Amino acid sequence: MSFINYSSREINCKLVYYGPGLCGKTTNLQYIYNKTRPEAKGKMISLATETERTLFFDFLPLSLGEIRGFKTRFHLYTVPGQVFYDASRKLILKGVDGVCFVADSQEERYDANIESLENLRLNLNEQGYDLDKLPYVVQYNKRDLPNAMSVAELSKSLNGTQVPEFEGVATTGVGVFDTLKMLAKLVLAELRKGT
Amino acid sequence: MNPQLVMFEEELKQIQKIADRLQQDSRARSILLIDKNGALVAAAGAAHELDTTSLSSLVAGNVAATGGIAKLLQEDEFTGQFHEGKGMSINLSLVGRRIILVVLFDKNTTPGLVRLRVKRAQDELVPIFEELAKKALSPQSSPLPDITDQDIDNLFND
Repeated sequence: MSFINYSSREINCKLVYYGPGLCGKTTNLQYIYNKTRPEAKGKMISLATETERTLFFDFLPLSLGEIRGFKTRFHLYTVPGQVFYDASRKLILKGVDGVCFVADSQEERYDANIESLENLRLNLNEQGYDLDKLPYVVQYNKRDLPNAMSVAELSKSLNGTQVPEFEGVATTGVGVFDTLKMLAKLVLAELRKGT
Repeated sequence: MNPQLVMFEEELKQIQKIADRLQQDSRARSILLIDKNGALVAAAGAAHELDTTSLSSLVAGNVAATGGIAKLLQEDEFTGQFHEGKGMSINLSLVGRRIILVVLFDKNTTPGLVRLRVKRAQDELVPIFEELAKKALSPQSSPLPDITDQDIDNLFND
């Protein structure tokens, strides 16, 4: 849950990028890092294996500016997508304020998407959260690949609750900021409702 | 699920006073108080020399991983951790269930003295954070009551 510091007038929120292995979660964060003004971002930390697969998490702190006198800080995290890192994924979800599910649009990753989404729901439930009650968006990544499934097909199987969804090509930045912006918006809107 | 953490002027002053005193009494370089979700709550000593944002996230990750290990071993929690370096060492301990107290120290002090002083600070900090937890649960006005969609859009305009 968010940390509201009335003393220093700061709001800290935690956003988590979830999805199957190699779907582009880290690439989303890298693009955001590369395109953000230096004064608005902190250091990006990647706890990765020697082959650059996420081992524990990536972390990117963003300061987006002030709203009504409150500085808004978003801490972006990715989880390790590979199936066997489930224990680590659960830890990253602790204290989450908003979730982005990054799906891999390629046909051969269809089952991996489904499995990862079920895993997200399950792991959230274990922490006492309900995905349907959290600020939540979906990004269909890798839209540039020839074997990408149609958005309609992906949406039907991955976005039954019809949360905001975006087409993405994280390597070139397509949809990356639209996704982040919508998620941040949903999180702040949730905060507006009060505690 | 942890409830929302809030901080107010009055409690922050009390916490800051305890952190400042701990830093002096233990002869540590820096003291950090970090929320288990990775947000920095308070700092004392030479914290300005540090990348506290990155440190907070990594410390929280470390404590979360250690908590995961404890769970697998059917331990409730490992309440303390100690990392010894050539120049700098770190003592991590939990304050209640939500806050991590971090002491960074060098050869100017000893792990024994640090642990002794930490114990006293923990005892003083626990009731303050319990009070804050109560305040977080009691109904209060949202910090962003009048926020509009335009306000949110403006955050992303540049």
